Amino acid sequence: MNFLLQLLNGLQIGSIYALVALGYTMVYGIALLINFAHGEIIMLGAYTTVFTIQLLLAQTDLPYFVAIIPTIVICTLIGIIIERLAYKPLRNSPRISNLITAIGVSLLLQNTMMKIFGAQARSVPSIFHAKPLDFFGAKISVTTVVTIAVTAVLTILLQLFIKKTKYGKAMTATSEDYGAAELVGISVDRTLTMTFAIGSALAGVASLLYVSAYPQAEPMMGSMLGIKAFTAAVVGGIGLIPGAVLGGLILGIVEALTRAFISSKLSDAIVFGLLILVLLIKPSGLLGEDRKEKV
Amino acid sequence: MSRNKRLIYLINIGLVLILFAILTILEASGVFTRYTMSILRLVCINVVLATSLNVTVGNLGQITLGHAGFMSIGAYTAGLFAKGVEIGGQNGYLIGILLAGICAGIFGIIVGIPVLRLKGDYLAIVTLAFGEIIRVLIEYFDFTGGAQGLNGIPRMQNFSVMFFLAVICVTLMYSVMTSRHGRAVLAIREDEIAAQSSGINITYYKTFAFTLSAFFAGIAGAMYAHNIGTIGASVFNYNKSFDILVMVVLGGMGSFTGAVISATVLTIVPETLRQFNDYRMIIYSLLLIMVMLFRPEGLLGRKEFHITKVVDKIKTKFGKHSVEGGS
Amino acid sequence: MSNHVLTCNNVGIRFGGLQAVQDFNLQIEDGELIGLIGPNGAGKTTVFNLITGVYEPTEGEILLAGTNIIGKMPHQIVRYGIARTFQNIRLFDHLSVLDNLKVAANKDMRYSIFSGMFRLGNFWREEDEIKDKAIEILDIFGMSKHANKLARSLPYGEQRKLEIARAMATDPKLLLLDEPAAGMNPTETDELMDTIMLIRNEFGITTLLIEHDMRLVLGICERLMVLNYGKVLAEGNPHDIVNDQSVIEAYLGKGE
Repeated sequence: MNFLLQLLNGLQIGSIYALVALGYTMVYGIALLINFAHGEIIMLGAYTTVFTIQLLLAQTDLPYFVAIIPTIVICTLIGIIIERLAYKPLRNSPRISNLITAIGVSLLLQNTMMKIFGAQARSVPSIFHAKPLDFFGAKISVTTVVTIAVTAVLTILLQLFIKKTKYGKAMTATSEDYGAAELVGISVDRTLTMTFAIGSALAGVASLLYVSAYPQAEPMMGSMLGIKAFTAAVVGGIGLIPGAVLGGLILGIVEALTRAFISSKLSDAIVFGLLILVLLIKPSGLLGEDRKEKV
Repeated sequence: MSRNKRLIYLINIGLVLILFAILTILEASGVFTRYTMSILRLVCINVVLATSLNVTVGNLGQITLGHAGFMSIGAYTAGLFAKGVEIGGQNGYLIGILLAGICAGIFGIIVGIPVLRLKGDYLAIVTLAFGEIIRVLIEYFDFTGGAQGLNGIPRMQNFSVMFFLAVICVTLMYSVMTSRHGRAVLAIREDEIAAQSSGINITYYKTFAFTLSAFFAGIAGAMYAHNIGTIGASVFNYNKSFDILVMVVLGGMGSFTGAVISATVLTIVPETLRQFNDYRMIIYSLLLIMVMLFRPEGLLGRKEFHITKVVDKIKTKFGKHSVEGGS
Repeated sequence: MSNHVLTCNNVGIRFGGLQAVQDFNLQIEDGELIGLIGPNGAGKTTVFNLITGVYEPTEGEILLAGTNIIGKMPHQIVRYGIARTFQNIRLFDHLSVLDNLKVAANKDMRYSIFSGMFRLGNFWREEDEIKDKAIEILDIFGMSKHANKLARSLPYGEQRKLEIARAMATDPKLLLLDEPAAGMNPTETDELMDTIMLIRNEFGITTLLIEHDMRLVLGICERLMVLNYGKVLAEGNPHDIVNDQSVIEAYLGKGE
């Protein structure tokens, strides 16, 4: 029974990894950029949730999960601003400059928040109040169920969006070739902005789900979360929506089971070890296709 | 060795000595405070770190985000060695440092052989993962002092020793990178397929560059451990790796001169910003973004400063033609 | 043992469902200059990639002076004496022209990492030797004036030449040139033909080249081989080949 609970725990954190990984994978797929600042968007989202609840919702009768709306709005806006100010001017620069810029943006956001709100963590009131569900005798928290369900729905919607809509197809086309996409009348600028916007909106959702599970917000919280989510995206096969979700879930489950049954100290080492193992066996990730350079 | 080359070597040695003399005089005359000297010691360590990472990132052209991992192996090797084997003094220090380099180098081979098959961002994330694994393991085991860290490492804060150690490390790396082995590494950066079609064993030379880089990171780690006396694994996390990478990229990838200058500047600037303590990291990150936006190829690009060029210029001025090419 | 430099026996490769090259047989004799022609996508570059170890054939054997070289890594095959150039020029762009050649000569250099690091005697000796050798090759190609320029700063035609010079610096027995005249104007092509003839006549290096420029092919090749859909369509002396009905059809389609 404990095993089943841990598995669900893993699915819950895995779902959050998956949502964050989706942002990484979409941005990477289209801009070939490891957006290290993506983790910081989660952090900003968490702060937005905290302040919305404390300053607004606590005074009203509205349920706390309404905080999702301002959280998504803020995350999306910040995502767009970062893309426009920091990444867009570097579109034709060496990849490493983009990477360094991403690190710079990430440091900037962390330290700005540190300056404004201090280094100490702010606690978040419990967001989903409902009683735990009874599942074959096991008590499962509503947060867990909501997290898994929301992730599943969003993933399906995202996949439909990319496969079925004009905008989604534009994203796929742009990720193949900027020049060719321009030629068929796709605005690369707008497509990139849209990609960042969607990724950041998903990060907004992830941040609310994250603080409902781990009720704290602090300036450095996004850093490790972001790196693990990126790891998840790579494990699944970067650039692929199903890959990000698969990678996220695997990572979450492995982490939860390691913490519960092996050692909580070693869990990070095992998670990263898994990444190395996967890449050594399948260099393009679990669902990725191997490409060989043309001679 | 031609006369011209000998002259250039002499000039280079002369310049290093002059720099050293100036720094020593400033210290002796009290212009440099103890605090200034502590920053200068950090500069020595960071110069070795940045130039060693430059070998992988700048010369081999592979992005790694786990350099702090190799640094930590060096730091812990030297620390444990100094505490376990009481040789002490300058000799003990130097033996410990060499050992630290060798240990880190061995890890470089162990990590390098499997991961160097990966390219680009995959390599970046895997090296980050390796760095984190090393950190977690150091915290996990007891003989390393665990999460409390390793205390009571004999201090070695002699600036002259650290200065010349840094000079020697940079010189050796530069020498290798301008030898046939270094050329092979550069060729791989330029075009792997053309390199192997020119008879270069890609796996061998990639691992070589990676190991060399790890070796000197280990030495820097050892210098760091003896300088500070107490080390904890959490210092050597990915943020430390990022810091070193920033030094390399900001200086201009592939340029040793750039790495030395930017390591120096990026050590001194944050320290001088201490008076704006609260805003220090904000200013630092803004500067970083600005430099990348306005000079994406780094401050120096791939340019190197060569005394040769200066000598050549002087000679042409006096009507003598130099036939020496390159360095 | 005959004096065959290279022998391909029933070589073939399959990528998934696509048989890119099939039943490829080729014997090159010492000192020959052979042209490999055929429509786009016929598998010519794939043949080069098979010979140089970039791809491993799924069937057949490739012998270099009698030694089977299948399964060898590309850099090992260079040591056996096969050098090549690429259809889309692949130079070490940010290295000097001289260094481009020195890289190719690396396999014949012996000084250790230690010697290089501490600048020991054999470092200077070998570096001097290699520099002389590289300059010598550049002289032959009329490129020594560019020795210290970056490879990418050269004009297009010179870059093509540099690639051949670099291949020569590996001391090959067999030289594979992949569309050496691609993108060249007639004057540059003429110069290139002279260079190729020079390599053959002065150094006796066997050459196999892929080329679309028929003026070059007919001008210098002694024997032609036509590839179509991964198979050898015809083989023989250049003038018979260009009049061969099946070859004309392969290029132009069937007439009415």
